[in-house]
Amino acid sequence: MIPGSFTYHAPTTMDDALALLGSLGEDAKILAGGQSLIPAMRFRLAVPEHLIDIGGLEGLDYLREEGGFLCIGAMTRESALDDSPLVQQRYPLLADTARVIADPLVRNLATVGGNIAHADPANDHPATMLAYGATVIARGPRGERTIAIDDFFTDLFENALADDEILTEVRIPQPHGQPGAGDGGAYLKIERKVGDYAISAVAVNLRVSAGIVTHARIGLTNVSPVPLRATGAEQALIGKAPSDEVFEAAGQAAAGECDPSPDLRGSVAYKRDLTRVLTKRAVGKAVERATSPEAQAGGAA
Amino acid sequence: MSSRSITVTINGEAVTREVEDRTLLVHFVREDAALTGTHIGCDTTSCGACTVLLEGVAVKSCTAFAVQAHGKSVETIEGMADADGTLHPLQEGFWEKHGLQCGYCTPGMIMSAKHLLEKNPNPTEEEIRWGISGNLCRCTGYNKIVEAIQYAAEKINSQSAENVGRNEDEAAAQQEVTP
Repeated sequence: MIPGSFTYHAPTTMDDALALLGSLGEDAKILAGGQSLIPAMRFRLAVPEHLIDIGGLEGLDYLREEGGFLCIGAMTRESALDDSPLVQQRYPLLADTARVIADPLVRNLATVGGNIAHADPANDHPATMLAYGATVIARGPRGERTIAIDDFFTDLFENALADDEILTEVRIPQPHGQPGAGDGGAYLKIERKVGDYAISAVAVNLRVSAGIVTHARIGLTNVSPVPLRATGAEQALIGKAPSDEVFEAAGQAAAGECDPSPDLRGSVAYKRDLTRVLTKRAVGKAVERATSPEAQAGGAA
Repeated sequence: MSSRSITVTINGEAVTREVEDRTLLVHFVREDAALTGTHIGCDTTSCGACTVLLEGVAVKSCTAFAVQAHGKSVETIEGMADADGTLHPLQEGFWEKHGLQCGYCTPGMIMSAKHLLEKNPNPTEEEIRWGISGNLCRCTGYNKIVEAIQYAAEKINSQSAENVGRNEDEAAAQQEVTP
């Protein structure tokens, strides 16, 4: 289980990293936390000729609210989300997600940017960022550009980044007010054991205003070849007063629009029904958090 | 084949070796630094037997390249006991509470627990179970491991309370002599 040979590059500035990426092209892979890439290299599923380690670049590891967004630097470790009072108090969907990605040891190295750029439908952040309506910031030789998360995941393990671009930041819109003042979210995941990929998982972010769901976005994990936004389930919620019947309708819509593959984790029918149940529960939890200041994230998953 | 010279400070001692770029940190620790207390269990980033502290943070050393640790510090199970052989409270806890049977997962468990207790000196049982959820044990059923970590937490806290008490006594004594 030894990775294939490669040449390691450790640039110390973004300009150097971009110059290396520009000259090496598709023979190079970016090494961030390495918690997906290194296992893939050990299995020889990935055999890059060059690795460009961006761990030595300054200023890619931060969490801050700015200009109406929570800005997350690409090299922010998953464990930093778990340790952040800001995330725990104001971003319950993100807080839920950060607690169930792989295991604590992996989360100490794994990065938010890597989890998204890897574009694995089994990863947890893609669904969460779809639900948040996040924006991805990429830097390349032509400067910086923003990519809407809805346009980011293009195929299995494929994303909208050009070969010479590096993902530098992810932005999540800030909630409107204090916890319980209308915005709420939740991530629910069923896995066979800690550290495994989801059998199915559901990310919900919504707003309740005057007793009506006025905004809802839902992302699904590992039940489609490309990270999936469950727009049918969203439509089942928007304009409705929250109720068990409405939550069930959203669950049934999500079960219908997902596209799971049968594997060791379960049959298609099982995964669809699990997606129905998780959607129903996650929506209920998000509504509870949106409407009650007491019902926030944190504590046991 | 690309290789380079790297220096990693392992348990306080600088280790400089020529390594292939693809050398995993766990192989550097075991084969180049000859510290075989760090185990390889699964080779698939699943089991945590290879856990070491990298810059004080618990990581799976099978899932990092040695070149990434260049210029950084690594702590392994061999660095836990004092030079005179006095066991670290975590090692003592695993001894006293029978926190191991075959012992294969133990070095990784202890390194994970060290990082856990540094972040959270008074963890609940649930927080301990959560904190070691990246480390698999096939023998014990985990109960004895949790008890070992609880033992260590109590011992470390009582030691630091004694130190605080002593410092306060010294401070009080100094104040008395100050006119």
